[in-house]
Order: sequence, then C-alpha cells, then structure tokens
Amino acid sequence: MRKATGVFILRRMLQLIPVVIAIAALNFLLLHMTPGDAADILAGQMGHATVEFTQQLRQEFGLDRPLYEQFAIYLGKLLTFDLGMSHIQQTPVIELILGRLPATLILMVAAITISVVLGVILGVSAARRQGTITDNLISVTALIVYATPAFWLGLMLIVLFSIILDILPSGGMMQVGAGLTGIDHVLDVARHLILPATTLGLFYVAIYTRLMRASMLEVYGLDFIVTARAKGLSEGQIAWTHAMRNALLPVITLAGVQIGHLLGGSILIETVFGWPGLGRLVFDALLQRDLNLLLGILFISSVVVILANLVVDLLYGLLDPRIVHK
Amino acid sequence: MKRFHIFWFRFRRNRAAAGGAVVLAAILALAAFGPVLYDVDPFEMVGRPFMLPFDRYPLGTDVAGRDILAGIVHGARVSLMIGVLASVAATIVGVTFGAVAGYYGGKIDDILMRTTEFFLCIPSFVLAVVLVAIFQPDVVTVTIAIAVVSWPSVARLARGEFISHRDREYVLGCRAIGMPDWEIILLQIMPNALPPIIVVSSLMVATAILTESGLSFLGLSDPNLVSWGYMIGVARTVLRSAWWMAAIPGAMILITVLAINLVGEGLNDALNPKLRK
Amino acid sequence: MSQPVLDVQGLSVNFRTSHGVVNAVEDLSFQIGEGETVAIVGESGSGKSTAALALLRLIPDPPGKIVSGSVRLDGTELLTLSESEIRHIRGFKIAMIFQDPMMALNPVYTIERQIGEVLQLHLGMSRRERLLEAIELLRLVGVPAPEERVQQYPHNLSGGMRQRVMIAMALACRPRLLIADEPTTALDVTVQAQVLDLIQGLKDKFGMAVMLITHDLGIVAETADRVVVMYTGRKVEEGSVTEIFDDLRHPYTRGLLGAAKWEEGDGDMLREIPGTVPSPFDMPTGCSFQPRCPLAEARCLSDRPGLETFAPGREVRCFIAGEARS
Repeated sequence: MRKATGVFILRRMLQLIPVVIAIAALNFLLLHMTPGDAADILAGQMGHATVEFTQQLRQEFGLDRPLYEQFAIYLGKLLTFDLGMSHIQQTPVIELILGRLPATLILMVAAITISVVLGVILGVSAARRQGTITDNLISVTALIVYATPAFWLGLMLIVLFSIILDILPSGGMMQVGAGLTGIDHVLDVARHLILPATTLGLFYVAIYTRLMRASMLEVYGLDFIVTARAKGLSEGQIAWTHAMRNALLPVITLAGVQIGHLLGGSILIETVFGWPGLGRLVFDALLQRDLNLLLGILFISSVVVILANLVVDLLYGLLDPRIVHK
Repeated sequence: MKRFHIFWFRFRRNRAAAGGAVVLAAILALAAFGPVLYDVDPFEMVGRPFMLPFDRYPLGTDVAGRDILAGIVHGARVSLMIGVLASVAATIVGVTFGAVAGYYGGKIDDILMRTTEFFLCIPSFVLAVVLVAIFQPDVVTVTIAIAVVSWPSVARLARGEFISHRDREYVLGCRAIGMPDWEIILLQIMPNALPPIIVVSSLMVATAILTESGLSFLGLSDPNLVSWGYMIGVARTVLRSAWWMAAIPGAMILITVLAINLVGEGLNDALNPKLRK
Repeated sequence: MSQPVLDVQGLSVNFRTSHGVVNAVEDLSFQIGEGETVAIVGESGSGKSTAALALLRLIPDPPGKIVSGSVRLDGTELLTLSESEIRHIRGFKIAMIFQDPMMALNPVYTIERQIGEVLQLHLGMSRRERLLEAIELLRLVGVPAPEERVQQYPHNLSGGMRQRVMIAMALACRPRLLIADEPTTALDVTVQAQVLDLIQGLKDKFGMAVMLITHDLGIVAETADRVVVMYTGRKVEEGSVTEIFDDLRHPYTRGLLGAAKWEEGDGDMLREIPGTVPSPFDMPTGCSFQPRCPLAEARCLSDRPGLETFAPGREVRCFIAGEARS
C-alpha cells in the first residue's frame, strides 16, 4: 500500500514536468511581450542608454540569439531556480519570493481550514433541516457572501472589529516592536491572522456550504443510509459519519481545484490587511512596475498550486478507498 | 414562441430569480441612463472633500472632493460593460475550444484539453494581474485579461455537451447525408448544447465583475474611467475616518453580483429543468 | 401454536403527496413464528417493501406515515415505542438485508467498521472484541480468509461476498426477526442459491423468524413455509407454500405463477399478467386487480372484495375465489 502510494507520487511528479515547462513557456512569452527588454531597462538605469551599449548588454544576456535558444537558456536557469533579478530592488527574484511565501502559505492554510470546516458544518446542518428556517437562513447567507467582493468584506470587517469594537488588529502579521517570543509570538501571529484568514475563507465557506448541502441531500437518497438506519444508528450519528464522509468527497475535489483561485484572492486580502506575503509583493511590484518580479511570482505561484493539487489528490485517496493508486 | 412562453413561466415562478431580474434591470437602467440624467463628471472636484452623504451631494464627496454618486453612476457602466464583454469573449473562445475538442475527440481533444487544464492550473487572478500590468491598464486589456482567465471552464462544459451529442442519431443522420462538420457543429449541435452554456456564461458575468473590481482595487484599471473597485481602493486609506466611502461602492458590487447570480440560477432552473435537484 | 415472533395486525401506511394521499399499505395482517420463513410476494409497487420498512418504523415521515395497526415483536408493541427505544430494536431484535449489496454497504468504511458499528451500538463491545467478533461472523457466513476480508472495503468484494457481509452484519446481534428484501435479485444465479441456503441454515441455527420479500416464485417454492401475496398495498392471498402452489385461488397469484413459469423459459405455459400495476393516484373502482383480471365480473367493477378466511392462515381477497381453482 505504502509502496503503491510512493510510486503514485513519483508518477504524478513526472507528469508535472510538461506542465511546469508550459508555464515556463508562458512566462517566457509574456517576458518577450513586455515593452523594452532587460537590456533597455538596465542601460536606462546605468544612465548611458546609447544604442551601442544596449546592444552590448543584449549580447551579454544572449538577447540577440534566436528565440528558441533564449528559451533553452531560460529553462536552464529555471532548473537552478534562477528567476532573474528584480532590477528595482536589486535582489534575486527567487530570494524575494521565498522570503514572502511562508506568510502566504500560513494565510492560505488557515483560510482553507476555516472554509472546509465551517462549510461542512453549515452544509450538513442545513441538509439535516432541509426546508426549515435554519436551512433557509444558511442558504440565503451563503448566497449573499458568495456575491460579496472579499477585499471589500475585509475592509468592512476592519471597520467593525478593529475600528468600532477595537478587539482585533487591522493589519500586519505581528505587533511591531513588541519583540514577543515563543508561545506569545505564535498567539500574536494567530491574533493577526484571524481577520485576513476569515475574510479570505468566507467566500469559500459559502461555496462549500452550498455544495455540502446538495451533496448531503444526494447521499441521503442512497441505500446505505437506509442500512445505517436499520442498524439502529441515530440520525445524528448517520449525518456526521456515514453521510458526511461520503458527501465530503466532492467538496475536497472542489477545494483542490480552487487552490489557484484562493491564491489569487490572497493577493487582494494581503493588500487589505498588510499581510507580508506574496500578495503584498505583487502590490509593491505593481507600484514599481517590476515586471520580472511579477512574472517570477506567477511562475512560483503556479508551481505552488500544482503541488497543492498533488497533496489534495493524495488526501482524496485517503478519504475514498475506491481510488487505487496504480 | 411557445418555448419562450414555457421558459418565461418557469422563470417567473422562481421568486428569487424574478426579484434578481428586477434589481438587475434597475442597475442596467442606472448604467444606461444614469450618466445622462446625473450629468456630473466623476473626476471633477465639486466641493470640499469628506462631505457626508445627504449633505450637499446625495452620497457625499470623496478624499479629493469628487461627487461619490457620480462615481457610482459612471462606475456601473464600466463594471457591467467589462463584465459582459469579458464573458462574451470567454464564452466564444471557450465554446470554440470545447466544441472542436468534443466533436472531433482523439488527438485534437487531447491537445485542446491539455491546454485548457494548463490554464486551470495557473492562479487566474495572478495571471490577470500580470497581463494587465504588462499591457497597461485600459478597458480593452482588462476585458481581455478577464476573458483569458475565464474561458477554460466554458471550454470544459462545452466539450462535455458536444461529447454527449456527437454520437446521437440526429448527428449521425446529418453526417450520413454529407453535411459538413462546421454545419453540424454550428447549426445542429450548438442549439442543443447552448442552454447550460448560457447559464454558465451569465453566472460568469458576476465573476468577471468581481475580478474587475479586484483589479481596479489594486489600481489596475483604466485611468480615464471611474470604477467601483477603484473607488474602494481610493477610500481604503481613509477607512478610519470615512468608512462609508468604501462601503457604498462595495455594496453596489454586492447587489449587482447577487442579482446576476439569482437571475443565472433562475435561468438554470428554467432552461435545464432536469438538472434541478 | 405458541406466541408468534412477529404479529402484524391491520397495518396501514399512507403517503401524503402533492397529488393527494396514497395508501401504500392497507390493513395488512400476518404472523411469523419462530424458525418460520414467510414470503411476501408481489410486483414492484405492491407495497411489500414499504410494509417491511414500516415494521422498523423507517418510513420517511414526511411524506409517509403509519396511520393505524399494531406490530408486535415477541409480544412487545413497536409502534408506540419512543424513537430511542425503537432504535434499540433496529439491528438488535430486527435486522434487515437489502436487494443491492453494493449500494447497501457504505463505500468509504471497512467491513470491520461496518459490522463493528452494530456490535458497539447494541452490545457495547470494545474495539478488540468487535474485531474478533466481526471475523467470527464472516467465518459464520462463509467468507473465506475473514481475517483479511474484514480489513477491506466493499468494492474489494464480489456481489455474493458483499451480501454475505450484509448477512453477517444483520446477524451480529442474533436478531429475532430477519427481513430480507429481495436478497438475491442483484446476484448471479449460481450465487443466489448459496445465499438462500445460507439464510435458511442460519435461520435454523438461531431460531429466527424470516420475512422474505421477493417477486420470484421459484425462491418462494424453495425456501418459504408460508406465503403472503400483496397487490396495490393489500394482502390478496395467504396460505402455506403447498396451498399457494397446488391450490391457488386468486387470479393475481395465478398470473404471478404464469409469469414465473415464463421466466423459467417454459414457452407453452406462458401466461403473463396483462397490463401494469395501476397508478396509486388512479385506482380503479371495485377490486384493484379488476382491470387486469381475466375473470372479472360486474361486481368486481363496483364493489371491493373483502378478505375471506377459508381456514386458519388461509385467506383470499376475491369474490370468485371459490371457483378460481386451477
């Protein structure tokens, strides 16, 4: 069993190679569409943008070679995680990204956890009380949240919880200058995480609630639910074990598909809350028109999404024994 | 005509959808006639900044003393236009991909669907941000960027529809009498595959409006046009002193998106009654 | 005869629908003694499965409701028990197995978990006891290599093995009554006989009462002691298996027997029942079988026949029962 899973992971990793190359190709293409190449920019920065000097730089960078050769060079650099320099911040792009990635991952994992847990609880509750006021209330709320721009919701939550009630921090990842360590540090970060993670997660709570409700109602029509009742299980036991475990499967699938979407959403939410992750890096890169950095972020975030999908696939295999990893 | 009557009957019966349609009609009217009736330049400084709503201007003024109501009225036009155009473009591209892939199958299907799935892997909002940033923000690039990240889901749906139709008797019959492929795809299968596609692309307008508002919140919008997301972005810095400045345009986005979703689901119930659970 | 294990008197079940109230089961009475197998026979829509679910009070309410009658198990009235009391009967005193063992087992739980659930619920066994008992039960129902099978999932097993698992699960608490709803319909012909033999053998071993629901008169002939024939929710004929096969009195029973012979490929004897079961919303006047009855007379169209008792346990609902001997 364990060996089969290992082989499965390896096979999936190999399948990822063409996708990663395709992403690199897209990135390369976009890089070439940007007005002015690296030589122009660099020459401009060095203050003597003469035609000869720019040409010389082009030769140095290999920019005068045929496109396919340039792509090969580009791929070779990617293999060593060389995403080029951020010409504005004078730092390798990969360094900037790796510095910010952990904060984004923390935010994403927190948001996914909130959305799946809350979505499942609300969806199961609504399905068990189909047609009642509880069900309608949950469904209508989900519909409204589903239509709310998350970044705006974040701003409104700041107004409520940070400005009016003054119980949660409005931004940042930790209290500046407090110099907290150990458990205090963790608690401090958690306190700062509450609002951004909730904001980012709520949209997905709405989606998963609706999906879980529909999925539960479908599962309730299956024969093994009757078997479970005939065994003498209570409705509560049936809902939270037999029905929930089966109804969860489409939710997990969707959660996997939406990791990319979630990462996109985190850009906006990080901007709103000043969360020091990739999103903030994007915002800064936009302000400074640092296109090389933007493309690097696109590449790395695509890779993150692909790897996250792999994890979700493995998780799905654990939840659904019918999936055999061959 | 009779089909339309049945459709209309089913749609009207759904009270939520009917309510959504009324609200949507009001917003469409606002976008169409608002700028004419309320003829105030949304970029012009009309008074002192930070004026409260219902003071001298119905919704007050923003940080630069611009009339907020004028922004809302002109923003409606931009948001709806970009939302609709991006969805139409995404639908055309997606349906073309999906139809060809689903109808021909085999290698063509393989290649087209790999491409589609590749696009589904890329975080769509990040790609949209990069595209708009590279090509300078204006209405056209924003619309194209949103279309580029939206078409894959339509392609997947259209492919499924075409696969389910391509081996049916009426299609086999058309092939037997030597009808060219393009005619079968466009005139025979398309009308049958369209209802679910219409539903998805109408719901896509809502997503597109949300994406547009996100982009313009980040400053990636046409600098010559005011949009709801841009207004929120401007108001963000003064949240502490004037929260309503961000609240008003956001509420407009919420109402518009909600109305479109309600109408879209009403369409779904009316056009695809068998899909109803 | 001593007290019967199951004593059903005047059981009626209604379904309220948007088109009106449907009598799914009407004034049904029958008894099953210890070690006895009673077959409930009828086409689909005859109310036989609804009757079975009603015994366990598993009719979904709404829309269904048990409107009158009495169900006694070893003298205890089940219809007035509280919800938690009846749950302690289900799976403990009365167990049920279903038509499609693929659908009736939960695909995401192991066999151990699904059998163990009953043992924990009704017998309060510890985890270790449950595992050992589950293996023992699988051995009892003839599952080879039970130590391995117990760790597997339903999809790892063949249809026949799954039905054996269902039987093991049903017998886990040594119930007084086993309800088998079309237990072999979904199985291969060769496996059918094995499963039926298994049920018969275990019935003798534990002294259970068996309620066998089927539309297959071949199975009835081989396994049942007595037969109850149902049509449109009502009992139309009851008798011992010899009486039904040698001295049937209701034209519907005769039709069923004709259909059974046709199934065996006896072309000359083909006497299928013409027409279909009437819609519950559009019941004919008089006898509900009259539109399909080759012997229908004027009074069959206007009056509803009552149940006529010829001898203890020998009843027929037909005006012309006396003349309808074959």
